[in-house]
Amino acid sequence: MNEEVLTILEEITGTDEVKNNLDIDIFAENLLDSLGTIQLLVELEDHFQISIPVSEFDRKQWSTPRKIIQQLKDSQG
Amino acid sequence: MKSLSPYETPYYFILLIILLLPLILRLLEGKRSMWYQNLLTFFFLILSFGGNNKSQGIALIFYIVWQIALVSTFFWFNQKRGQLFFYSAVLLAILPLIIVKVTPLVTGGISFIGFLGISYLTFKSVQVVMEIHDGVIKEYKISYFLQFLLFFPTISSGPIDRYRRFVGDLENVPERFEYVGLLGKGIQMIFLGFLYKFILGYLLGKQLLPFVASAALAERGFSINLLFYMYVYSMYLFFDFAGYSLFAVGTSYLMGYATPVNFNKPFLSVNIKDFWNRWHMSLSFWFRDYVYMRLVFTLIKKKIFKSRVTASYAGYLGLFLLMGAWHGLTWYYLVYGLYHAGLIILTDRWTRFKRKHQAKIPSSRWTKFLAVGLTFHAVCLSFLIFSGFLDTFFKSLH
Repeated sequence: MNEEVLTILEEITGTDEVKNNLDIDIFAENLLDSLGTIQLLVELEDHFQISIPVSEFDRKQWSTPRKIIQQLKDSQG
Repeated sequence: MKSLSPYETPYYFILLIILLLPLILRLLEGKRSMWYQNLLTFFFLILSFGGNNKSQGIALIFYIVWQIALVSTFFWFNQKRGQLFFYSAVLLAILPLIIVKVTPLVTGGISFIGFLGISYLTFKSVQVVMEIHDGVIKEYKISYFLQFLLFFPTISSGPIDRYRRFVGDLENVPERFEYVGLLGKGIQMIFLGFLYKFILGYLLGKQLLPFVASAALAERGFSINLLFYMYVYSMYLFFDFAGYSLFAVGTSYLMGYATPVNFNKPFLSVNIKDFWNRWHMSLSFWFRDYVYMRLVFTLIKKKIFKSRVTASYAGYLGLFLLMGAWHGLTWYYLVYGLYHAGLIILTDRWTRFKRKHQAKIPSSRWTKFLAVGLTFHAVCLSFLIFSGFLDTFFKSLH
């Protein structure tokens, strides 16, 4: 699952930095904007058959690749 | 009795500070006196919506009953009701505001169901409906929702808080040291607000603006005076509204609530996207989270457009047209919305182009300077449209 999430992130942000540094702040580094965020949510829904509502997405809690993976694990329970 | 609009007169501030004192003293002991806060809320609501504003006060009461009934029903019966139920609830939450906005077009007068701050309460209510639908508001109490809607420091013009954030502050009284920090910042904000609204805003709006306005009209055509009007109006708009926002946030801080701020040096933005992250932030974030994100999500999910970038442009168009219409149903507000949608789409095209040709495009202190200057002028032009002055100007030419 980790690998899959990172590949999705790499495609959307257009850089492999997200794979090399799991703690990079994707919003502070301008790697993900609003459209990128929506794309991420759509891709995650399609890949993992889970639904993440837009308002669940708090930028602070989804700011790094590591946090994103953790959030997904939490929502899969 | 004459009613008092929030933060308009010295008398209001004197009352505010004196009546806040007991609350502040309790908070300094790490406690919040809820009954006193409720009494204060009641008092300030009467002050603004009583007396010669009584008809607005009655409209406010009916509005609150309507929203409470709607949101509570939605919360209790939301499970497994599907999209139609959700869309109906959103529509019903906006309905009073729609009526207020459309009435002047139909009857030429203002609607009797309107009151000062109706749009801001509507933003709050719609937000709660959407987050209940998303399942992120799991606990809903009528008393909390009522506190959220009627929080008096922000009732007339925001900033638009978030329900979950607000409830966090409502439930957790700040620690003593934390509150001392809030108190200091709050007082500082209120004093900065005096400078912004009552000195700079007053000089620009009440003294300079009428002067440049008549100068621009006297030319009977385009002139440098129209340009001056644009600058003066833009500065006035900022200092007046940023000043108000500082009062609203500062007062919230004094009460131990960290209401989000509205402005972050907007005239230093490097592009239009940056600008909307710095100007009237609580409003633009609301439109981002509850209009743009949801609209674009649906457009992408249902594959309405081939390209996702096109979907996001449709989202921008929807967002800014709605924002324009919200300001009022006049040609200049709608053009203002369209203009900003156009600017942000253009900015997006440029950013994408720049990313591809990074090596060839110079980047230095000077290009940044240029970017700030260009953005500033693009924004000021939008405010000139927004001001409605062009309407007067064009009519004066005939």
